[in-house]
Amino acid sequence: MRGTNKVGIGVGFILIMVWCLLPVAWIISLSFKSQEAITAGSPGFLPTSGGSAGFQNYVDVLNDEQFRRAIFNSIGICLIATALSVILATLAAYAIARLEFKGKRFVLTTALAIAMFPVVSLVSPLFDMWRTLGIYDTWIGLIIPYMSFTLPLAIWTLSAFFREIPWEMEQAAQVDGATSWQAFRKVIVPLAAPGVFTAAILTFFFAWNDFVFGISLTSTEAARPIPAALSFFVGADPFNRPASLLAAGAVVSTIPIILIVLVFQRKIVAGLTSGAVKG
Amino acid sequence: MASITMKNIVKKYGDGFPAVNDVSIDIADGEFVILVGPSGCGKSTLLRMIVGLEDITSGDMMIGEKKVNDLAPRDRNLAMVFQNYALYPHLTVFENIAFPLRLAGASESEITEKVNAASKTLELDEHLQRKPGNLSGGQRQRVAMGRAIVRDADAFLFDEPLSNLDAKLRGQMRSEISRLQKRLGITTVYVTHDQTEAMTLGDRVAVLKRGVLQQLASPRQLYSNPGNLFVAGFIGSPPMNFLPAKVSGTSVELPFGTVQIPQDKADKVAASAANGLLMAGIRPEHFEDAAVVDASRQGSTFRAKVDVVEWLGNEAYAYIPFEAPPEVREQLEQLERDLDGESLRTQLVVSLDGTSRIAEGDEAEIWVDSSKMHLFDPATGENLTVDLDNAGYIHGHAMAEAAEQPAAAG
Repeated sequence: MRGTNKVGIGVGFILIMVWCLLPVAWIISLSFKSQEAITAGSPGFLPTSGGSAGFQNYVDVLNDEQFRRAIFNSIGICLIATALSVILATLAAYAIARLEFKGKRFVLTTALAIAMFPVVSLVSPLFDMWRTLGIYDTWIGLIIPYMSFTLPLAIWTLSAFFREIPWEMEQAAQVDGATSWQAFRKVIVPLAAPGVFTAAILTFFFAWNDFVFGISLTSTEAARPIPAALSFFVGADPFNRPASLLAAGAVVSTIPIILIVLVFQRKIVAGLTSGAVKG
Repeated sequence: MASITMKNIVKKYGDGFPAVNDVSIDIADGEFVILVGPSGCGKSTLLRMIVGLEDITSGDMMIGEKKVNDLAPRDRNLAMVFQNYALYPHLTVFENIAFPLRLAGASESEITEKVNAASKTLELDEHLQRKPGNLSGGQRQRVAMGRAIVRDADAFLFDEPLSNLDAKLRGQMRSEISRLQKRLGITTVYVTHDQTEAMTLGDRVAVLKRGVLQQLASPRQLYSNPGNLFVAGFIGSPPMNFLPAKVSGTSVELPFGTVQIPQDKADKVAASAANGLLMAGIRPEHFEDAAVVDASRQGSTFRAKVDVVEWLGNEAYAYIPFEAPPEVREQLEQLERDLDGESLRTQLVVSLDGTSRIAEGDEAEIWVDSSKMHLFDPATGENLTVDLDNAGYIHGHAMAEAAEQPAAAG
C-alpha cells in the first residue's frame, strides 16, 4: 500500500511539473533558435544544427536600449511599490490586529472590496485622472495603482500573522522598558518577518506581472514596464515579429522574479514563533 | 528595591463588573507576598495593575513613595515573569536576558558582565547561545527569570510562573525561586492558584475571592486562624471539614455525636449559637484513629462507618459520609462553587496515622481534637472563634494594627 502510494505521488508530481514547466521550457527552447529557423518552421524542442542561434538572441535583447529601459523601469517601479505597500500594510495590519478602534471592520471590508474590483474597469478613469494630474507616463503613476491593489492582500496576510503573536510578547517588552514603538520594532516585526516577506513576494509578483496598467498608463519608455515593452518589441523588420528575440526577452524578464523569490524565501522560516511561549 | 502600597484599588471593566474591589495591601520592602485565590478572583488583574498593564479604575498604587497610577510599565522599574514566559523567540538566550539592559542603553561590557552573572545564578551558561525554541520548559522558565533579575528592578512580579511545569520541576523551581528571593532580598509579588506555592513561598498570603481581599496573613495564621468559611475551605489539602453543629454551653452536637469545646470558644459563639445551627470546621489531621491515640491527649471520640480509605504510607485518608440539613447543605454547595469545586456529597475527610488498621466498611472509633475546632456563622461565613490578634487582616474586621505589622508572626 505504501509503495503504490509513493509511486502515485511521484507520478502526480511529475505530471504537475510537466504541466507547469512545459511552456517555460518551450520559451527557453525558442529563445535559442534563430529567427530564420522559426520563420521556416522548426518544430523540434532542441534547435536544429543550422537553426541554433546560441546566445545571440540574448545579446541582441540586452543591447536593445528600449528593453534595458523597460527592465530598469520594471525593477524600480516594482521595488518601490512593494516597499511602500509592505510598510503601510505592516502598520495598518498591526493596528487592525492589536487595537480596538471605530471603523476597523470598515477598513477590512473596504480593503477586500478593492482587491475584488476588476482592474480593467479602473483603467480609463485612471488614464484621465493621471493626465490631468500630470503623472501619466511616470513611475509614480504606476506605483500608486500597484500599491493600492496589493495593499489589501498584504494587510490581510499580515494581520493574520500579527494576530498569532502572543500579546504577552509585547507586554513583556514594555515591562522590560520598551516604548510601544520599540516593542513593535524589536519584538513584533522580527516575529512577523515571515509574514512581511510573504506579503512582499505577493506584492512584487502582482506589480511585475501587471500588463493592463503598464500598457494603458504609459506612452514612452520613460515608465513603460517589461510586460508592456515586450508587446511593443519589434525587431529590424516591423512586419515580421521577432519571436526568438521575444522569447529571449521573456526569459530575461523572469530572472529578477526568480532572484527575488530565492532571496525572500530564505526569510520565510516557518515556525519562527515556536518557543516564545509554552504551547 | 521598594515597598508597594495598594490603597483601595478598584478595577472595573466596561460592563461595570468589579474584577478587583477595594483591595488594600501594604507590601514591605523585601517582603514576599502571594496573591492566591480560585480562578476569576482578580489576582492576576491586581498584579497587572501593579506592573501597569491594566488601568486602575480608582485607588492609589504606590511604589516606594511614588504614586504610579498613571505611569507606563516601562517607567515603573518592575520585573515580571509571565505565565507563558513570553521569551523573544528570535533572540538567543543571551540576548533575551540582555534585552532590558539594551533598552536601558547599558554599555556592552556591563551587559556581558550582568548577563553572565545572571546566567551563572540560574545555571544557564551552556545555553546562552541557543534559541528559546530549543529549550525545555524548565530552562525557558529560568531564562524568563534571568530576564527579570538582570536589571535592578524595584520588585519582582510573578504571574503563575510554575503552572506550565510538571510536578517534579515545579517543586524544584519553587525552592529555587524562594532561594533566589531570599538571596536578592527583593520585594516580590507572586500570583498563584496553587496553595502549596502560596503556603511555602510567602511571607504573607493574600486570599482573594471575586475581587475582594478575604484575608491577608502569614501562612501559619491563615491555616490556624482562617477568617471565614472561604479562607478555611481554600487553605489546606485535603480541605477543612464543615459540619452542622448545635452549640449549647461548651458542648457541640455534631452529626456523629457530641464533643466538648474550651470555655473561651464557647463564650465567643454563645450569642450566635442562640440563633440556631452553626458550622463547625475541623481539619482532617485533627481526627485520628482512637486506637493509635495516646490516652493522655485531650479530645472526644465517636463511632462512625468508614466508607473509603486511601492509604498513602505515612498517613491514610478515611471518608465518612453524613447527612447535612438543607440550610447547611446550601451553604456548603455555595462554598464549593466559590472554590471552583463541585460538591458531590457531604462527607468527612479524616486523616489517620499510617499505622491505623481501619479498613473500608469498618465501624471505627474516631478521636477528635475538638479544641482545634472552628465555628462559623453559616449565614455570613464569618469565623466566630477566630483569634483576631493572630489572624492578620480579615475582610469585614477593622484591623488597622494588623496592616502595620507585616510578616511579624510568619
